[in-house]
Amino acid sequence: MTAAAYNFAYLDEQTKRMIRRAILKAIAIPGYQVPFASREMPMPYGWGTGGVQVTASILGRDDVLKVIDQGSDDTTNAVSIRKFFQKTAGVATTTATAEATVIQTRHRIPETPLQAGQVLVYQVPIPEPLRFLEPRETETRKMHALAEYGLMHVKLYEDIARHGHIATTYAYPVMVAGRYLMDPSPTPKFDNPKMHRSAALQLFGAGREKRIYAVPPHTEVVSLDFEDHPFEVNRFEQPCALCGAEGVYLDEVVLDDRGGRMFVCSDTDHCETRQAAGHRGTMASPIAAGEGGRRAD
Amino acid sequence: MTAIVSAAGFENPVHEAQATFRAAMRALAEPGLAQAVTPALLAPPPLQPATAALLLALADFETPIWLDPAALAMDGLADFLRFQTGAPIVADPSRAAFGVITDAAAFDGLDRFAQGTLDYPDRSTTLILQVDALAAEGAFELSGPGIAGRRRLGVTPAIPGLARALAGNHEMFPRGVDLLLVAGDTVVGLPRSTRVTEDAACM
Repeated sequence: MTAAAYNFAYLDEQTKRMIRRAILKAIAIPGYQVPFASREMPMPYGWGTGGVQVTASILGRDDVLKVIDQGSDDTTNAVSIRKFFQKTAGVATTTATAEATVIQTRHRIPETPLQAGQVLVYQVPIPEPLRFLEPRETETRKMHALAEYGLMHVKLYEDIARHGHIATTYAYPVMVAGRYLMDPSPTPKFDNPKMHRSAALQLFGAGREKRIYAVPPHTEVVSLDFEDHPFEVNRFEQPCALCGAEGVYLDEVVLDDRGGRMFVCSDTDHCETRQAAGHRGTMASPIAAGEGGRRAD
Repeated sequence: MTAIVSAAGFENPVHEAQATFRAAMRALAEPGLAQAVTPALLAPPPLQPATAALLLALADFETPIWLDPAALAMDGLADFLRFQTGAPIVADPSRAAFGVITDAAAFDGLDRFAQGTLDYPDRSTTLILQVDALAAEGAFELSGPGIAGRRRLGVTPAIPGLARALAGNHEMFPRGVDLLLVAGDTVVGLPRSTRVTEDAACM
C-alpha cells in the first residue's frame, strides 16, 4: 500500500493563504464573522471541518497539537483529528494542556488556564448567535452592522418569563470587546468566564457555514444578562468521583439501569493529572500497590 | 532591472509562508509587540525583508496590491511581485487588499484605502507601512483587544499625521484599515481595534 503524498497539513497553499487572510481580519475585528471559502475536507460537515481548516492553516512544524472533544482527548473525533495532523503534518501531539501550542476543541475550554502564545481553535456548528431568532442572513448581517441586539435580550427575557431564570446553558451569547454579539460555540456556559481576558488567542472555525471569527488575548468577553438576573455558571453538588476536583465541569456517567451514576471531570487531562498527583475521588480505582500509603483526599 | 536580478522568493515556500503568517497573526493579536519575520529572502529594494515576506506569504491572484510612488518607481519591483504572488498591482488604493508604503515621509493618511462596510468590515485594506525603527518605548500609547492594560510603541522617524490617522481609523470601528508596521525583519501590528494616543511630551 502506498500512502498518498499531501501538502503539509493537507490543505493546498492557496487555500491556506485565503484562510490566513480571513484569520487576520477576524483578529482585527474581534467577534465579527469573516466569510471564507470553506473547502471540502476528508470528513463530513459537523465533525469539525471548520476547526480543522483553521488548524491546518496556522500549524507549523514546531507546533505541539492537542485535540479535545467535550474536554476529552480520547473520544473518536479528537483521536481522528489528532491522527489526521500526525499523518499530514507530522507535528508533535500531546494531551497535556500546558505543553500544547495549538489546541483544537469541540465544545470545551481546558480547566488548566491557557498561557500567552497558545492558540485555542474552536469547532463551530452555527456561528450566528441570532440565527435561531432570525433565519435571514441579510437581516442578521444588518443587526451586526448596527449593533442591534435587542432580539437576543428578548430571548433571554423569555427564558426568565417562562422558567424564572435564564435557562440557556450552552452556546450562551457573549459580547466581544463591547461591540459584536458572538456565539462561543456550544461550550457549556460554565466555560464563558474563561474566555474573558484569556491570555491565549481564540480562533473559531465554522466549516459548513463558512465563517471564521476570533477573540484576541486580553479581550473583554461578557456574557449577556440582566441587572436582576446576573449571569451565573453551572454549579455541581459533588466533586469529581475520580479525582475529587471541585469547581470544574463534570460529566454525568450512567452506571447501571437502577439509577446508579457518577460525576467525573469532563477534562480528561485535568483529571488524570490530578489523579497522578495523588488526588482521589469517592469512586477512584483502588490505589495501585506501588502507590501504597497515599489516601484519598 | 537591478531589483529583479538581486531578488529571490522563499527558499521553502510552505514553511516560510507559515512562519511569516504566524508572525503577522501574533502581531495583530498582540498589537504593539514586535514580532520577528525570520525567512531569509532577498527583498528587492525598496522593500524591507519583512515587507517582502508578508506579501509573498499572504498575497495571491485574489488580492490586489497598491504600491506607493516610491515603490512603483523602482524598476522591476511590480514585476517581482506579479511573478512571485500573481497579485494584480492596482493604481486605486481603495481597491487594494494590501497597500505598501515604502516612503513613510510621503504618508498622507488612511482615508484613500478600502475601509470595508458596516455589513462587511473585513473588506478593507491591510496596509504595510515601512519605517526605520520600532521600539517598545515611545510616543504612542496603545490599548484595546490584545493588550493587557496599556502598551507603548515608538516609531522612527516620527510620521506627521500618523497619530491622527490612527485615532480616526479606530474611531470608525468596525470599519477601518489594519496596519502592519515593518522595520527590517520586524513587524508590529496596529489593527483598527487598537486605540492609539500620542504623548506629545515623548516626541
